[in-house]
Amino acid sequence: MGKYIVQGATGDFEIVLGLEVHAQVISNAKLFSGAATEFGAEPNAQVSLVDAAMPGMLPTINAECIRQAVRTGLALGAQINKFSVFDRKNYFYADLPQGYQISQFKHPIVGEGTVTLDLADGSTKEVGIERIHLEQDAGKSMHDQHPQYTYVDLNRSGVALMEIVSKPDMRSPEEAGAYLTKLRTILRYIGSCDGNMEQGSMRADVNVSVRRPGEPFGTRCEIKNVNSIRFVRQAIEYEAQRQVDIIEAGGKVDQETRLFDPNKGETRSMRSKEEAHDYRYFPDPDLLPVEFDDAFIEAARASLPELPDHKKARFVEELGLPDYNASVLVAEKESCDYFEDLIAALAKKVGKDVKDVAAKASNWVTGDLFGALNKAGKSVTESPVSASQGADLLALIEDGTISGRIAKDVFEIMFETGKDADVIVEEKGLKQVSDTGEIEKIIDAVIAANPGQLEQYRAGKDKLIGFFVGQVMKETGGKANPGLVNQLLKPKLDG
Amino acid sequence: MTDLTKLKIAEARDLLKKGDISARELTEAHISAVEAADALNAYVAKTPEMALEMADKADAMIKAGGQKGMTGIPVGIKDLFATKGVHTQACSHILDGFKPEYESTVSQKLWDDGAVMLGKLNMDEFAMGSSNETSYYGPVKNPWRAKGSNNDFVPGGSSGGSVASVAGYCAMGATASDTGGSIRQPAAFTGTFGIKPTYGRCSRYGMVAFASSLDQAGTITRDVRDGAIMLESISGFDAKDSTSVDIPVPNFEAALTGDIRGMKIGIPQEYHLAGMPAEIEALWHQGIEWMKAAGAEVVDINLPHTKYALPTYYIVAPAEASSNLARYDGVRYGLREMVEGGGLVDMYEATRAAGFGDEVKRRIMIGTYVLSAGYYDAYYLKAQKVRKLISDDFKRAFEKVDAILTPTAPSAAFAFGEKSDDPIAMYLNDVFTVPASLAGIPGSSVPAGLDANGLPLGLQILGKAWDEETVLKVSGVIEEAAGFTAKPEEWWR
Repeated sequence: MGKYIVQGATGDFEIVLGLEVHAQVISNAKLFSGAATEFGAEPNAQVSLVDAAMPGMLPTINAECIRQAVRTGLALGAQINKFSVFDRKNYFYADLPQGYQISQFKHPIVGEGTVTLDLADGSTKEVGIERIHLEQDAGKSMHDQHPQYTYVDLNRSGVALMEIVSKPDMRSPEEAGAYLTKLRTILRYIGSCDGNMEQGSMRADVNVSVRRPGEPFGTRCEIKNVNSIRFVRQAIEYEAQRQVDIIEAGGKVDQETRLFDPNKGETRSMRSKEEAHDYRYFPDPDLLPVEFDDAFIEAARASLPELPDHKKARFVEELGLPDYNASVLVAEKESCDYFEDLIAALAKKVGKDVKDVAAKASNWVTGDLFGALNKAGKSVTESPVSASQGADLLALIEDGTISGRIAKDVFEIMFETGKDADVIVEEKGLKQVSDTGEIEKIIDAVIAANPGQLEQYRAGKDKLIGFFVGQVMKETGGKANPGLVNQLLKPKLDG
Repeated sequence: MTDLTKLKIAEARDLLKKGDISARELTEAHISAVEAADALNAYVAKTPEMALEMADKADAMIKAGGQKGMTGIPVGIKDLFATKGVHTQACSHILDGFKPEYESTVSQKLWDDGAVMLGKLNMDEFAMGSSNETSYYGPVKNPWRAKGSNNDFVPGGSSGGSVASVAGYCAMGATASDTGGSIRQPAAFTGTFGIKPTYGRCSRYGMVAFASSLDQAGTITRDVRDGAIMLESISGFDAKDSTSVDIPVPNFEAALTGDIRGMKIGIPQEYHLAGMPAEIEALWHQGIEWMKAAGAEVVDINLPHTKYALPTYYIVAPAEASSNLARYDGVRYGLREMVEGGGLVDMYEATRAAGFGDEVKRRIMIGTYVLSAGYYDAYYLKAQKVRKLISDDFKRAFEKVDAILTPTAPSAAFAFGEKSDDPIAMYLNDVFTVPASLAGIPGSSVPAGLDANGLPLGLQILGKAWDEETVLKVSGVIEEAAGFTAKPEEWWR
């Protein structure tokens, strides 16, 4: 794809991007306490004594969070560190009860890995993962509940986050978006994070710098806590332009932490490098280093489902899917599950191998079904037409009971009513007419009614066969078997 | 009738078993003693009603044939152990009014065994101090006075209330905690027996943290046998503390065989301090003679990194404390000082300025400094490396010897104010106790004699990790040999 360039008055600039993604770990309980982690509970309803940092309370590691981080590392092809250490990151804030966040600093649980981006033009790009570490989330300060006071909700306090740190390998807002999309897809596949950015279970800190092509990295600014892919792209566009403007005006970009304001579409300074906290990291003496063996890693590996890149390759190579369809399907695990259920049922029904029905079925799933779902604002798991119902519909086309054209009408009714395809076909009398005698009668009538067109056809305008087919279909209400119509029509026209 | 408060735990246990006394009688006697001992300022909260309830439960336990070592035994709890619904402030102003909804594992184990809580015991604020002078509730007075004098002495610290309550007959035993000597030094100052077990032997769950990698619960009792009984009750693995270790708790009392023949006792040459009072040297020498007389072999050993122990401790402990005490911010519990028109930072500053005493502030500042960017490697990281060397010194020594014998403290109890203006002089009090804390090994202090003024002195026994049994056994032999029968005059009653 074309290079993303910020055109300044004095020349072109390239942007350099690295992302730190905070992904909430799917687990039964918080990282170091037994409290629940569900979204949307009443304020302070999910707070243990440990989360509230009561005197004398001690953290104990939730093994499920460790397992999820290892699974995530494996899914990103990353180095798994069998020895890692929890550190304390010390700073004061009202929603940080301990006065420190338990995180991992020098010895993270996961090291270097890779994410393969699928870009809009069909190309791919590798982005390096620097590390993944586990840490506690903070609580939430609520400034809008009282005229003078700030309220604190500790439900999120202590919830396990994976901080997934990329290398500065991205060069455009599109790539950053594709990175987040792919990362979210992978996390959802393996079930280590629900990837729900609106609810805050996935958030990104975006590091942005600009440079003239060929120059070393420029000074970066970190945009904190951006909570949608669209905002990430907007924030990058705005921030890159801001930095270019500063440089072109002869200024210097200050290293600082910035916030993105989605209402104004701009970033603004939160704190400068000088104001940056000295976090005084040191190993948490309340916790032992995390150590596990190869068997633990292998068990985590065995629990991983087929990952999207692998699935896509299999769809294309083994099932003969068009590249585009495969990409669309693997973007969500649920779409794949639907598709794979559907082709399995369809193959069984029509007595063929899945690879002989897969490509056509993928057209229907990514076209008709996803089109209808999109229009209705529904996800594939909410589809009114189940995978097996879809398979039934496609089987009716396959065995010639209905035409593809009629199938579209049947699907529309199925989508609205949830009824089975055969019931609708029966009720509405939509069965395809494959009776040669009957079709011949209609053909004869159509030819007789259109002598002018017949003359032109015979004079060499053989494209007019389409007109005759259309007329025949019209007469039969679309039910005539189109293959049969073509087959019978031509000799009659040719005389 | 005999004064029940003079009984040892083991004696009371036998009388309770025989039915000669009831837990209720024993408790009532102690409640009266506590009431009469206000002059010591050992208790910061008294729980007589609770004590009587617990005593009745203990009597029922005994009746049902379920008596354990601590059943019916009235004890005091150092104020840093969380006790459900009862004053728990680590004697700091910043925890004003704090009553936890939970119980520390150590105290819970005592209650499970049927022990009786008399109240919460005074201590240096957040266990930071060696004289109990840093408590927000005022200093504890040592029950002991110099011969022919009415002057008060410090009880040592930080477990000042624990030792004063036990030496002053207003608890049969007390929980205590030791971070750098807070059990052993005050035990030595009050003629009591104090034992700090191996780091990880007792759960830290529910103990207000000072320095997490050093804090360890232990006991103060009037003799070694009582220490063995009480220590066994509070020991054991706890899944709620990741640093507690899952190994079985031995029958500590059974270790008191009195037989140390053939045992090797190490005498660390580095503990001969220049300028140490002759009396301390003499007591140590006496201890060595007692060991020999009991059939042990006395071996000179070297612990070459001893001189770095105090500086190492005063980096590691404050560093952890600076982080552990960050939670006292006025947001969720305890003291909150608001500034008119001020914001969050103003509240933090006002709350922490008013809530913490000078010594606590000093250590928070030291700790913050040594963890700061640019200083971390030079101080904290270096200190951790030295700590490892100190620990290795002990490991090497214990390849040759079974236990180590040293004085507990370089002096007897001192007067109030004598060292409180000079933090370094105060810190030097812990010179003999700090190395074992850094190494995480068990140690005790046994009353072994009196100084020229008639104030008690103690000897320290150190053992291998997880070998509290040898520490207790050797302590028992010293106790026997010393025949320490001196008692403080009961001026406070």
